[in-house]
Amino acid sequence: MKNSRLHSPWTPWLFLAPFLLSFGAFFAWPAIRSLMLSFEQTFGPKTTAFVGLTNFRYMLHDPFFWTAVGNTVVFTLAAVLVQVPVALALALLLNRSDLRGRRVFRMIFFAPSIVGVAFVAIIYSLILEKRTGFINGSLHSLFPAWDPDFPWLEHYVMPSLILAQAWLSAGFYMVYFLAALQHVPGELVDAAEIDGAGPWQRFRHVTLPEIRPVLNLILLLVVVGSLQIFELPYLLYNETNGNGPENKALSIVTYLYQTGFRSGDLGYASAIGWLLTLVLVGFALVQRRLTQKEEL
Amino acid sequence: MSPTPRRPLLRPATLVIYVALGFFALLTLIPFLWMICAAVKSKEDFFTSQFLPRGDGFLGVAWDHLNLHQFRRLFTELPVPRALLNSIFLASVGSILATLFSAMGGYGLSKFRFRGGKTLSSIILGTVVLPGALLLGPRFETLFHLGLVDSYLGIFLPAMAPAFGLYLFRQAMINSVPADILESARIDGCGEFRIFFQIVLPIVRPMISAYLIISFIAIWNDYITPQIMLQTPERQPLSVAIFSLKGLYADDYSLIMAGTLVSIAPVMLLFFLLQREFISGLTSGAVKG
Repeated sequence: MKNSRLHSPWTPWLFLAPFLLSFGAFFAWPAIRSLMLSFEQTFGPKTTAFVGLTNFRYMLHDPFFWTAVGNTVVFTLAAVLVQVPVALALALLLNRSDLRGRRVFRMIFFAPSIVGVAFVAIIYSLILEKRTGFINGSLHSLFPAWDPDFPWLEHYVMPSLILAQAWLSAGFYMVYFLAALQHVPGELVDAAEIDGAGPWQRFRHVTLPEIRPVLNLILLLVVVGSLQIFELPYLLYNETNGNGPENKALSIVTYLYQTGFRSGDLGYASAIGWLLTLVLVGFALVQRRLTQKEEL
Repeated sequence: MSPTPRRPLLRPATLVIYVALGFFALLTLIPFLWMICAAVKSKEDFFTSQFLPRGDGFLGVAWDHLNLHQFRRLFTELPVPRALLNSIFLASVGSILATLFSAMGGYGLSKFRFRGGKTLSSIILGTVVLPGALLLGPRFETLFHLGLVDSYLGIFLPAMAPAFGLYLFRQAMINSVPADILESARIDGCGEFRIFFQIVLPIVRPMISAYLIISFIAIWNDYITPQIMLQTPERQPLSVAIFSLKGLYADDYSLIMAGTLVSIAPVMLLFFLLQREFISGLTSGAVKG
């Protein structure tokens, strides 16, 4: 595109102005401000002191922070191992032109993605409820020996979170896989079939390399999203401010939110947030490196 | 060689696929079905039946036990009508602002070449890695200094700059708006804003409807932003109102499920009506076709 002399040099800025004003005030400035805060200690409103790296050093010895890191890492690994294969499997099942009701199935699988996290937390807290929940109720009517008071939410914190999150987002990622699968040239798959490749070999050597870019994108989205998990555990375990029994539901961002908004230490909260940001950026860069190598 | 190689009605392999799809569809639907059944049951039936209460009616269901009592309570005794209107207002105005300004921004970034344009794109898109909660505190501070805490403007102004929206429109315009059309319009003496509204926007119309729905649903479902920025209960949307209902009426399961159903149904309807636009908008940036 050649720069046109027909428009004034101010024209692009005119179009960008409303976006940039809002972006500057509510994204860029808060980002800079939080970076500054991460080197300060806040003792309530308007009393702050520059403390250098103290917040970051404190983090190293903060048992709550490390509990949160542990929970978040476990959740992220589980999210990758559950959501990605389920999403891919659903997309593969749906990816046949001769399938009847394909649009209906796609709509059903995607529907949970439309439900807000607050509502997912409400639905799952009732489904997993002790006496009245769906899970215990069904198990008890199938196996009368099943204790209808079995406390799923208290005993199986991580599985509860993983289940609710998988229900919420597997269909969302499925849509991306499905879009990618529809761009795999059918002749390639047919040729492999004629050459005697079985279904697994066709998937492994024809389909998978073709959808690799989208697979990488999904992995990035799942990891970055899961490391930032917040509202689901915070709301599912809202009675304990998102801690859950024995802090088993405490995630990094929940801890950030608690320190910032409950304890009023915006400095320490910002330090946690920026450390997490560094990890996220690091992961994104490493992943990009690896995928670029793959493509060479 | 078989006489009909490709067209038997139901091969065993196909049957397996339908069974698997049906199984997953059931797993996906159970929470919805359970919620709907719970919302129309009486309290006694809630404790004795999983889905619908058993009885002598059609299909062995006691249809006469079902009622809309909880919905009546939501809309007459509880502040749900106001919360519903708040949600509709916030999501409509918010999504229109988000769509208009990301379309304008995406146009500015994709169809003009100017100093710092590339850097600006990278900075804006780079902010998507920042955890949302990290910005909440300082953003609250800024809104406080502007006197916008507990006002709808405090929700609308930050909603005007969605990085994802800017990215979607920038991509759409790079691919589909030819530069020579803009040039010839300028030669004909067409004003810049007329070019944008009468030539550019109609070309990216599918993306406009897609992003309107995407941002409408995102604002509708947002919990933490209105929870922090709006403090007067009468101003809060359904997400906050229904969640606090759960705290207040903890053992009134039917009421809570009815409230959740009322909150989910409008966006579900929107999605059913416009699912093609919605999904193609979401995936357009990710899959080259």
